Order: sequence, then structure tokens, then C-alpha cells
Amino acid sequence: MTLDTNLTHVSDANEWQKMISENENVIICCGRMGPMCIPVYDLMEDIESEYSHVKFADMLFDIPEAHVIRNAPEARGFMGLPFTMYYKNGKVVEATSSIQNEDQVRSILDAQFGQK
Amino acid sequence: MDSNCYDAIVIGGGPAGLTAGIYLSRAKIKTLILNEGVAGGQLILTHEIANYPGVENISGYKLANIMKKQAKSFGAEIKTISVHPQIETEGNLKKVVVGEQVYTAYTVILTPGGSPRMLGAKGEKELKGLGVSYCATCDGEFFTDKEIIVVGGGNSALEEAVSLSKYASKITLIHQFDHFQAFPAYVDEARSNPKINFIMETLVEEFAGDGKLEKVLLHNLKNGSKEWFNAEGAFVFIGYAPNTTFVEKLVTLNDRQEIVVNTDMETSVDGIFAAGDCIVKKYRQVTTAVGDATVAALAAAAKTWELKKH
Ligand SMILES: Cc1cc2nc3c(=O)[nH]c(=O)nc-3n(C[C@H](O)[C@H](O)[C@H](O)COP(=O)(O)OP(=O)(O)OC[C@H]3O[C@@H](n4cnc5c(N)ncnc54)[C@H](O)[C@@H]3O)c2cc1C
Repeated sequence: MTLDTNLTHVSDANEWQKMISENENVIICCGRMGPMCIPVYDLMEDIESEYSHVKFADMLFDIPEAHVIRNAPEARGFMGLPFTMYYKNGKVVEATSSIQNEDQVRSILDAQFGQK
Repeated sequence: MDSNCYDAIVIGGGPAGLTAGIYLSRAKIKTLILNEGVAGGQLILTHEIANYPGVENISGYKLANIMKKQAKSFGAEIKTISVHPQIETEGNLKKVVVGEQVYTAYTVILTPGGSPRMLGAKGEKELKGLGVSYCATCDGEFFTDKEIIVVGGGNSALEEAVSLSKYASKITLIHQFDHFQAFPAYVDEARSNPKINFIMETLVEEFAGDGKLEKVLLHNLKNGSKEWFNAEGAFVFIGYAPNTTFVEKLVTLNDRQEIVVNTDMETSVDGIFAAGDCIVKKYRQVTTAVGDATVAALAAAAKTWELKKH
């Protein structure tokens, strides 16, 4: 099961592992098709082309294998969807909970992965 | 014709803006919809719409997508913008400036809707997603067996408090007045729910906790006292504010920042119309938004044809 977005979908733990190990910079937004999540997918779709050095993806929060994000230590205490994770060389470098606006996402992308 | 010249420009792509787009473009009026954020507006915040005539049950997201498709199918262009547009009048034309881009049109319809009000309390921004939430359907399950507060006293606060009682072990509803602004049926349902308690005439002044919400500072308005109250979650439902700051110097607003319109949805500026949740009105629903937008679009179409003749 995947989300109804135009982002690359991560549909299980293997794909997640492959994505974060094969790409230096990765952002994955893990959520549902809900009001706090849709604006984040939407802005990710809008800015994806400007960050060719970052892999953009999403993952459905309710699939069992999304535990790789749901139970990540960096997401401990998160109580708002979506969980947005930023990975560099396979390691979480930043994580946010709940809705974020374009400026907030851009500032993390720029700070963690640099501008192209 | 210059690609930035339109007959009509709609500002805001919620139900009102998309309806205006449908009517205008069907009337062969070259229409541009400029929208901040996701087209669909508050409709996409609505899990399920059960009171939109002709559709028994539909998610707000799906209904918004159908409206968007309809507007596009008749020829309306939809552009996402990330800065507030500035509107100026130049002779017969309206100039809409968005960053570096300048668009012109004979008429403009304002449909920027509203946004959820934040409390503006200390610690609120920092603890968003870490215990402070604005969406019960999104985040309710994170609060299973937890003690939470709900802030507000209108229909949404009471309705959402009842829906959160599926998850939370105890809910304390905190409201600044001594009475609710909700329909009696919602008040009765909340009052008869054994998990829901009420603290009236009290403000939430601060959210605090180490990496997650642990407590809130309550200010009792009756006796002026302040005390900390333990809560692992806080849901804020204190209503919506119209998104009208970008036109506050352009058109007449009332003291609640709502746009004043006449029965044809004309604002105080000739050629500028408004519709939906941003205008002065009592009931804010999808049906009322699409209703006003229909009137605004038909009136704007007539005005556009008149100005095009000159
Ligand atoms: C949780 C919730 C549940 C609801 N449930 C129901 C229900 O069951 N039934 C019902 O009938 N109604 C319901 N409503 C109310 C309904 O959603 C609104 O009345 C309706 O969406 C108003 O439409 P609108 O187009 O006027 O404004 P909005 O839906 O607010 O859309 C305005 C759009 O304009 C954009 N915008 C804002 N400022 C600017 C700007 N400066 N420039 C460009 N774009 C801008 C916004 O981003 C947004 O996309 C609900 C609302 C909420 C929040």
C-alpha cells in the first residue's frame, strides 16, 4: 500500500534500507492522506526538482514496516503526523513531527544537505 | 495576448475559489486562480463531508480534487504561489503582483478563506507535534490512554472532545467564557461523556515540557490565580481567522477582519468581489462558500464583459 502522491513511494523496510544506503541525502515523509500530511507532500512535490542532490520520498504510516520510521529513536515523543525524516549517508540528521511549511522544510534541506 | 493577461483572477483555491473558477471559465472568461498552499483549502482538512448535497459521503480531499478537475476542464489555470499577492488598480484593469510576476485582469475575486487560530501561548510553537495538536482525526491515536486538554468552546472543540474520548483516558475542556458557543446538541453530548471534564472562564497561557508536552499554565479569569495543570496532550480548536491581511489596506473589512460585501459579493472597490469564509457572514460551510462564489462569479462575469467592451 502506498500514498496517493507523485513522490517516490517507500513500501517496505527493504526499500527504505536501499533508499537510505544508496542515496547520500534523503527526505522521507511518513504519514497518511490527512490534513496535516497532504500539505507536506504537496510542498515536497513542488520543490523536489530544485534539490537534485536529495532523494524525495514518502511512506504510508499505517503499513507494519513503517516501524522503521515510527519507532526510530529520533521520532521518540512524536505525537503529530507526518513524521518527516532527513537522512545523510544512512543516518538520521533531523526529524520533525506534524505539519511543516515550505520555509521550514527548505531550511532543514539547505542546512543539512546544502544548496545545489 | 500577453500570457500574464487574464479576464479575471481569483485569489484563493478553496471551494469558493474553485467554484468561481468553474463558473468564470465556463462563461469563456480567461481565468487564473492563484492559490497559496494546497488547492482545496480547508476542504482537505475535512475527513468526511456528509452534508454536501448530491454526494452521500466523500472525503474532503476527494471533493476538492473533483472541484479542481472541473475548474481545469473548463479552462481555468491554477497557479501555486508562496508569497502574498498585492493588488493595484490601473485604469480599467487590476494588477496582481506576486513576487516578480505581474498579472492583469478586468476583475478580481478574493476567496482566501480562513486559517485555524493558534493560541499564541508561550511554548505552543515549540511543542507542536510533541503534544500540541490542531487535528483530532490526524493525531488522536497518539494520545491513547493519556490525559489531555481540549481548548475552545465552539462546535469544533466540543465535537472533537467527544471524538478524542475514543482514545484519551481523561479530557479536560478549557474555555475562556462561562458558556459555550456551540449547538446545544454538541454541548449535551460532551457533558454526558464520563471522560470529559470542564474548566470554564480560564485561559491557557503556556505550554511546557522537556521535549514533549507535560503541563499547561492555566489562568483563572474569575479570581486571577494561575496554576500548572498536568497534560500529555493539548488540542486547540479556537476557531478560524480570515486570511485577509494582504487586502486590509485595499478593501473595507469589519472589526473581525472579514471582507464587507453587498448582495452581489462586490467589495468596496469597483471590480473586486469576494466570497467564501473570508466575507462577513454567520455560517461558514462548503455549501455557503460555493453559493457566494457562484454569485461573485456571475457578477464578476457581467462586470468583465462590460469592461472588455470599452
Ligand atoms: C476541520 C474542518 C471540518 C469542516 N467540516 C465541514 C463539513 O463537514 N461540511 C461543510 O460544509 N464545511 C465544513 N468545514 C468548513 C469548510 O471547509 C469551509 O467553510 C470552506 O472550506 C470555505 O471555503 P473557502 O474557499 O472560502 O476557504 P478555504 O477553504 O479556507 O480556502 C481558501 C484557500 O485560499 C488560500 N489562500 C489563503 N490566503 C491566500 C492568499 N493571500 N493568496 C492566495 N491564496 C490564499 C488558502 O491556502 C486556501 O487554499 C470544515 C472546516 C474545517 C476546518
